[in-house]
Amino acid sequence: MAPQQRKPHVCRNPDLIRGVGKYSRSKMYHKRGLWAIKAKNGGAFPKHEKQAVAAAPAEKPPKFYPADDVKKPLVNKRKARPTKLRASITPGTVLIILAGRFKGKRVVFLKQLTSGLLLVTGPFKINGVPLRRVNQSYVIATSTKVDISGVNVEKFDDKYFGKKVEKKKKKGEGEFFEAEKEEKNTLPQDKKDDQKSVDAALIQSIEAVPDLKSYLGARFSLKAGMKPHELVF
Amino acid sequence: MPFKRYVEIGRIALVNYGKDYGKLVVIVDVIDQNRALVDAPDMVRGQMNFKRLTLTDIKIDIKRVPNKKTLVAALEAADVKNKWESSSWGRKLIVQKKRASLNDFDRFKIMLAKIKKAGVVRQELAKLKKETTG
Repeated sequence: MAPQQRKPHVCRNPDLIRGVGKYSRSKMYHKRGLWAIKAKNGGAFPKHEKQAVAAAPAEKPPKFYPADDVKKPLVNKRKARPTKLRASITPGTVLIILAGRFKGKRVVFLKQLTSGLLLVTGPFKINGVPLRRVNQSYVIATSTKVDISGVNVEKFDDKYFGKKVEKKKKKGEGEFFEAEKEEKNTLPQDKKDDQKSVDAALIQSIEAVPDLKSYLGARFSLKAGMKPHELVF
Repeated sequence: MPFKRYVEIGRIALVNYGKDYGKLVVIVDVIDQNRALVDAPDMVRGQMNFKRLTLTDIKIDIKRVPNKKTLVAALEAADVKNKWESSSWGRKLIVQKKRASLNDFDRFKIMLAKIKKAGVVRQELAKLKKETTG
């Protein structure tokens, strides 16, 4: 059999009210089958030998006792994990970006990165939005989905989008500054190629649906009479 | 000025307030000056204030407080559903519901269709204008 799914444990003694179970001690003894376990073991409950505790190595008394009690910080067991994704956002969903340079743009969701931000693309040819990270809170998820099966987004992570660390230049004056500025402006060719490869498959599946291309190219805006709390997205 | 839609046993009414908002119900009995006993195929028979009901033109032929089976049969026989959905009031409600459930993409497609239709109408109008003035 394939790895067994654990069935969620059903309670044998349901609560009548909090703190009071439905069945008494003797009934529960019978329900748990402790009588059967005892019978199988010849009248006594099976026990196993206590494992011998290895003798702890002798500890030397400490050389130094601090004068005041040092407070220990409280234990923190929280694990960092990416923001919980809304159920309405699945790979291929069309999202409406609400803030920033691309506000109002309808954009295709690709995947959630480990930082919690959503990886998103226009596609660039359709509405000018490149591969970009966007926060879930600044996004409306529509119920329109695009087929995203032909797209490979494995290689994109937060590091890809981080600012490039510059090598420290020696202090110069005048000409030096101008030379630096010219280098920064262009986008590296490999990023352009990544955009093209991601968009190629996407654009094909977008063109398969009538009007979807012009839909993604148009911006969303509230018109007169539209009530956002009543709109179905 | 005379009334045309009366509260009577068998009158179909539309619920305009409350849990059953938007449902079509049949008045099966009158309790007192303000309340009626009301029934529908998908709800438990119960009382409702007349203020929560809006009377329609449709009336079916039933006796006072029929059982559910008879009621459903009478509704089928009078073909209430189709009469309602083909009436202008019923059609309006259907359109309202459809509009409220539109997707963002649907709204976009409708906008394109409206623009297209307006373009065609304007072309025809221009043609006609040209004919009359030309």
